[in-house]
Amino acid sequence: MLSIRSISRSFHGHQALRDVSFDVHDGLMTGFVGANGAGKTTAMRIILGVLAPDSGSVEVDGRPVTADDRAQFGYMPEERGLYPKMQVLEQLVYLGRLHGMSRIDASRRADALLEQLGLAERRSDTLESLSLGNQQRAQIAAALVHEPTALVLDEPFSGLDPMAVETTLEVLRDVARAGAPVLFSSHQLDVVERLCDSLVILAHGEVRAAGTREQIRAAHARPEWVLQTGDAGFVRGIPGVEVLEFDGGHVRFTAATDADADRVLREAIERGAVRSFSPVARPLTEIFQEVVR
Amino acid sequence: MTAPTASAPRRGRTPFAQAVGIVAEREIVTKVRSKSYLISTAILLALILAAVIFSSVGPELFDQDTRVATTAELASTLQGLDGLAVETLQGADAVRQAVLDGTADAGVVPGDGPSGLTVLADREAPSDLLQLLSVAPALELLDPNAPDPMLTYFIGLAFGVVFFSSAITFGQTIAQSVVEEKQSRIVEIMLATVSARAILAGKVLGNSVLAFAQIILIAAVVLLGGAITGSQLLLDGLGMPIVWFVLLFTVGFVMLAALYAAAAALVSRAEDLGTATSPIMMLVMIPYFLVIMFNNNPLALQIMSYVPFSAPVAVPMRVYLQTQQWWEPLLSLAVLVVFTVLVIGFAARVYERSLLKTGAAVKWKDALKA
Repeated sequence: MLSIRSISRSFHGHQALRDVSFDVHDGLMTGFVGANGAGKTTAMRIILGVLAPDSGSVEVDGRPVTADDRAQFGYMPEERGLYPKMQVLEQLVYLGRLHGMSRIDASRRADALLEQLGLAERRSDTLESLSLGNQQRAQIAAALVHEPTALVLDEPFSGLDPMAVETTLEVLRDVARAGAPVLFSSHQLDVVERLCDSLVILAHGEVRAAGTREQIRAAHARPEWVLQTGDAGFVRGIPGVEVLEFDGGHVRFTAATDADADRVLREAIERGAVRSFSPVARPLTEIFQEVVR
Repeated sequence: MTAPTASAPRRGRTPFAQAVGIVAEREIVTKVRSKSYLISTAILLALILAAVIFSSVGPELFDQDTRVATTAELASTLQGLDGLAVETLQGADAVRQAVLDGTADAGVVPGDGPSGLTVLADREAPSDLLQLLSVAPALELLDPNAPDPMLTYFIGLAFGVVFFSSAITFGQTIAQSVVEEKQSRIVEIMLATVSARAILAGKVLGNSVLAFAQIILIAAVVLLGGAITGSQLLLDGLGMPIVWFVLLFTVGFVMLAALYAAAAALVSRAEDLGTATSPIMMLVMIPYFLVIMFNNNPLALQIMSYVPFSAPVAVPMRVYLQTQQWWEPLLSLAVLVVFTVLVIGFAARVYERSLLKTGAAVKWKDALKA
């Protein structure tokens, strides 16, 4: 598990991160969400040790991270970069060796990754001759070539077509399934909502929400239900319930407890046919907007 | 499918020396594979070989015998002299005509003076012919091996050109490679696994090896040219100066490479490289100009031989001119080594602190402060 503990960092008087703490659990895909300038990249650079925090610490399995730990992390920086004029396979082998692999291991692993990412035929081409999407795949391969024990990816899906998103996702899930913590940032909330097991929402250098989707919903949005029945007017009279939307046979309401909601359902059944009754999962986009405000 | 990650063998951070080696290897392989580099090196070496061979064979090509026309009665006297192609004509008028036509460079006809000869020529006195026909006083050379000032000038020029062209070629290579990594942000991936100092050391090492190899090749070609033409000057007179040049250049280049890398780390775009590296370019050009201006001034050369930036050119010159004590080149080398170590420390600080600063060019003093 990767833990970020009370990290603060400022640049020229501008506070980029303020007392930021969160965990990235083993085997889970954790989405790191925030508007541009929220501090995601700074936080990731600090996790990788590329940047030093003003205060706070990064921990691995409860102990302070070491250079040896970090050498085994996989990292994909936001602004993509590999050597433009170097062959794809060669760069991967080079990066693998810098991470301490033998040339043979690095070549074998790089070949397998390129195969998996659908880049095998382009392995001897220079990076600059690849399409942007393929450069992106090569970049992902670069983060994975040394079989990292943790993955930190800054905007891994930006610029990918839907097919490439799926292939990339499959590769990342493999890493998570094998037990590594995976942290990736994105400002595409729909993608994050679909892919992540867990979320960290950052705004103005502070963590505004963290946890699984359900935890975040529970903490930051009151649960809602939708009932469709003959005449739903009675719902307004039930204590502990607040109607949010009403249109004859359709009502959307929020209730303080599940028991209050159950009372609405019971009442509805007594009064006649219930066409549907269900909790509403509010899209994260809405919660996000409330949370970062 | 991917091998299970968690069960992969856990490796620690790559040891410093190993990381340096991997970075250096990439620098060398990338350069050696570049076609333009191979071609330009081949052309450079061919030019140097041609220059060396020409410098010893060339003068002989133009050293033709003087064509002398003369009359039958004088022909036997002239025939015995070296460097003359004698043509015997009928009468003094025919000789005079031949000189006017240009079919002979000069003519010799009977004359009235004490020598009994008159030499005919177009407009310039044929000095070699006059010398051959004159009675010379006894001559004793006191220092027959003293350096020829013209030759000294050209040797100084040659050391200067080789120094600055190699230093700039490989200095620019290292600068471009630094800014390429910074611009493409691959440096972030590298910094996550190895230290900035390991990257810098690898780059300096790789490019120094390349520069050293090129200098050795140039020296080998010069000495080979000397052997082919049997030039005494190259084999005896320049052997030691070339050895000192290679030695001092190698150390001096390490210093310049570190400075080039630091300067390149200050900027984020290849377009800004020119501005960033121009102060170093000046440092490299200065010894080249000074050695051309002062190659005959022992005091200036002595001072330059203790200034780290000019020592690689000044010391070989002094060794060639034999104007120094045996220990002086060693002292120059020691000064250069100490200075190089200091410069590397300085460059490493600048490099380390500027590598992640993107946008506008970082100032030297800000790079040291922050």
